[in-house]
Amino acid sequence: MAVPKVCGTETEYGVVLRGAVDANPVLASSVLINSYVEHRKVGWDFDDESPGRDARGYQREGSQPPEIETHLVNTVLTNGARYYVDHAHPEYSTPECVNALELVLADKAGERILARSMRAALRMLDPGQEVVVYKNNSDGKGNSYGCHENYLVDRQVPFASLVRHLLPWFVTRQVFTGAGKVGGEAGAAVEGFQLSQRADFFEEEVGLETTLKRPIVNTRDEPHGDPQQYRRLHVIVGDANLCEVATFLKIGTTAIVLAMIEDGFIDKDWSLAASVPALREVSHDPTCRATVELVDGGRMTAVELQWEFLRLANKYADETGLEGCGGDDIGMLVLERWEQVLAGLERDPSTLAGQLDWVTKLGVIDAYRERDQLAWGDPKLALLDLQYHDVRPHRSLYERLVQAGKVERLLDEDAVTRAMTEPPENTRAYFRGRCLERWADAVVAANWDSIILDVGSDPLRRVPMMEPLKGTREHVGRLFDECATPAELVERLGS
Amino acid sequence: MPERERKQKPAPKERTQEEAVETAEATKQGEKIKEELDDLLDEIDSVLESNAEDFVRSYVQKGGQ
Repeated sequence: MAVPKVCGTETEYGVVLRGAVDANPVLASSVLINSYVEHRKVGWDFDDESPGRDARGYQREGSQPPEIETHLVNTVLTNGARYYVDHAHPEYSTPECVNALELVLADKAGERILARSMRAALRMLDPGQEVVVYKNNSDGKGNSYGCHENYLVDRQVPFASLVRHLLPWFVTRQVFTGAGKVGGEAGAAVEGFQLSQRADFFEEEVGLETTLKRPIVNTRDEPHGDPQQYRRLHVIVGDANLCEVATFLKIGTTAIVLAMIEDGFIDKDWSLAASVPALREVSHDPTCRATVELVDGGRMTAVELQWEFLRLANKYADETGLEGCGGDDIGMLVLERWEQVLAGLERDPSTLAGQLDWVTKLGVIDAYRERDQLAWGDPKLALLDLQYHDVRPHRSLYERLVQAGKVERLLDEDAVTRAMTEPPENTRAYFRGRCLERWADAVVAANWDSIILDVGSDPLRRVPMMEPLKGTREHVGRLFDECATPAELVERLGS
Repeated sequence: MPERERKQKPAPKERTQEEAVETAEATKQGEKIKEELDDLLDEIDSVLESNAEDFVRSYVQKGGQ
């Protein structure tokens, strides 16, 4: 039986410390996050439309970077998100969301937090130094870092069922989730452009690894919840997206597919003959016409296989409804957009500029190729590929396109700003975020499934939060208004 | 269950006439897009990192997850 698709993303950002001779990415990431935390504590104000201006509040002595205790850089924010250093990257994990649109909002708020962190970091760094982050997945030199998705799934569903349907799903959804990439990696001969930043880095179908021999379906089993009821499906194969429509579809469609798998609704086996090569084949064809081979010997294009999933999803919506996939309203929006996008990919992918990252990016790259007569190996094209993902608003090519009216937005910017500090209301993220906002000093530790509070006397109190759908505003909102102290909160929770 | 309207495909004759109109409009639209594109590239030029080769070469990341 399909469980509500509580979901979240974890994004590792590319990071560069500019203006430093020996640039240590762990240090750069630490400065970034510590600067944001300090900024939030002190409440520095930013007159932020002059980012080139040196916003120093004080003079630093000497030329050494600040001593950062890197092992401490792991913070939880008042919006319920986790912001930390992981594998030499700043990583942002959104709070738990109940539907795809809420997750688009939470993910975009994360970008704003990274942008604000960069500005705050200018105060901590020496003149001429700057931390810059990129929301992408590849450095063009064989290294990759991920944007992972997480979905709440019924533990009773055999993992083999998930694998069987998710392999063709992840291979084919690249046609709208891909963020686009110039060239290839890991020996893949790509003359030109491919759909996904991640495809070339995947070597296995199923497995536990995340940093090498990456598997299309990851088997990490860390539910952060009741392991009898729930599985947290940890998806590592996706691209980081900037286009809100792309993120919306990536999450919304995957949630529906998972619900169908849970309910045993997928009546056909679309297993591919070889999923790892197919992942690359689909990615390496921006015309979206390449066919992949199924185990039954048949061949289909990725878009054709996507139409099969959509056909089934429409039937599922009719027969079961989409309550468990974020609600019927959001579900309908997902289905409608999915259909429009597949039709666009078949007719002429360029018509989807502003909705899909790979198409939007390719449009700019093709325009430059034509105007400046550039060959695919020209570094300018690799630069365009990279700078599309620059998270500084004044440097981001994506932001330039948004300002030029070339990108379709689903979000209201005021809502994004609020989501930087306010948690979603319908998951346990609400409880976590409100505790941090109300009684930050009393929060000794905050995890996904528990919070430890110092109530002013021994012992410390551990509040379990095993159920992702409890601790919502509806459940606990009043407690935050009515309780004057954490001790009172804990007492009320216990009763 | 919510009702959904399925868009009907128009009959073949209607589609030819529609296509002719669409092609003319598409050409005009295409020229407009090209002009806007040139302006857009100028804007992007102004924010692009100055030395593409150096910048791209120096962008190296540690592998993540």
